[in-house]
Amino acid sequence: MNVNWSLARKAARLAARAEIVHHTREFFRTEGYLEIDTPLLIPAPAPESHIDAIPAGGLYLHTSPEICMKRLLAADYGKIFQICHCWRSGERGSRHLPEFTMLEWYRAHSDYLDLMTECVNLLRHIVTAYGGTSTISYNGLSIDLQGEWQKISVREAFLIHAGITMEQALEEGVFDELMTEKIEPRLGIRTPTFIYDYPAERGALARLRQDDATVAERFELYIAGMELANAFSELTDAEEQRQRFREESSSRVKRGQSPYPLPGPFLEELDRMPPSAGIALGMDRLIMLLTGAHTIDEVVAFTPEEL
Amino acid sequence: MYTVADLKKGLKITLDGDPYVVIAFDFAKPGKGQALYRTKMRNMITGSILDRTYRSGETFEPASLEDRKMQFLYKEDEHFVFMDNQTFEQYHMDEDSVGDAKNYLIDNLPVDLLLFKDKAIAVDVPNFVNLRVTQTDPWVKGDTSGSDSKPATVETGYVLRVPPFIEEGELIVIDTRTGEYSTRVKG
Repeated sequence: MNVNWSLARKAARLAARAEIVHHTREFFRTEGYLEIDTPLLIPAPAPESHIDAIPAGGLYLHTSPEICMKRLLAADYGKIFQICHCWRSGERGSRHLPEFTMLEWYRAHSDYLDLMTECVNLLRHIVTAYGGTSTISYNGLSIDLQGEWQKISVREAFLIHAGITMEQALEEGVFDELMTEKIEPRLGIRTPTFIYDYPAERGALARLRQDDATVAERFELYIAGMELANAFSELTDAEEQRQRFREESSSRVKRGQSPYPLPGPFLEELDRMPPSAGIALGMDRLIMLLTGAHTIDEVVAFTPEEL
Repeated sequence: MYTVADLKKGLKITLDGDPYVVIAFDFAKPGKGQALYRTKMRNMITGSILDRTYRSGETFEPASLEDRKMQFLYKEDEHFVFMDNQTFEQYHMDEDSVGDAKNYLIDNLPVDLLLFKDKAIAVDVPNFVNLRVTQTDPWVKGDTSGSDSKPATVETGYVLRVPPFIEEGELIVIDTRTGEYSTRVKG
């Protein structure tokens, strides 16, 4: 049997991957974060209408470590991070794997604006430590991390790139299509871009803005048209959270998907959680950006099809 | 009936009475939004390209096409000539319709020819074909440039990247779905 060549030729990318993960850990340790390791098998994933968990032996493979990490926040762990595998059924494309690697971190007494600043610091650290420059070269683009990063609200993005208002897009049921086809490819072209203040119904676990309850305090980070991270000011009102989980569950049932059990202990402890902000960043995509990989397949040792 | 979960490159479906083949496909999911299936399809008769975005739950009719076992006979001017193994009937196809398959067509190669109203509109080659390397530069022993592949031309004129140890005259296996080198044929 000859050597598996497609595996052997990934050696350089997998070495880069290890190094990028190392620099990521380095940043969080320096910033005083505790690295934690929550169970991957959980009884009740967060019921989000468009994310499907994979059932496993009466439990579920988690779709993100969110529920467990927030319980830690509620027990006064103020700054925590985790790098772990997550599973989302049916998600497979050039930037999606049903099993992928997530970096997730939370900080108490902070909001989504603080996380924007931390994203800037984190990425500047990783990119400089890994590549020796503060520029990401990807797909013929040169993205500068040193200057001011672009910020655009979802409202502005719809007006500028899609030519209709965010409200119209929601009403006509074309929000996701316009976001994918018209807006995303134009984000993060010269500098990384934060797109923020999503419609309230697009943030099942996010706090609404005090001065404008039609939007949630949520942002996504884009580099070279690729979604890299998603952040919230976390909802800490247990009653409100219970209500939103019920709504997400019933919208799952309406579409013929099975409802999940409610995460009871999480809902009971949520009232104790201090005002916090949390963020999830796709490690595989970050590695794609830093190693010039065009598909997510290139940055993992095995794709599901290769097993 | 196909669903969005069946969408992949090469899938053949009927749209407005015409057969289409999916030539590019990607999964997209704007954060917390619904799954979108972005497809680029080619009309298998006119060649025109169509972009469509589908959501989960949508379904497709398979294209009403007939698959026949044939073999490739030879190339004549701009036409590729195939023969039905059962009826010995011959079918001609132009280079455009043959597409990437032309890279793998050697005499007597068994293929599946796709017929739409008795006209050959596409050819499916086996997933793996053996082709002889007709030109490639020798591997310099002790080369430390670190390159893990080099170009090679095979008997059909197709050029691809192969590992440095492959030599001229060797028979190699090519994965026709990706167009990439797979392994060498021993012996």
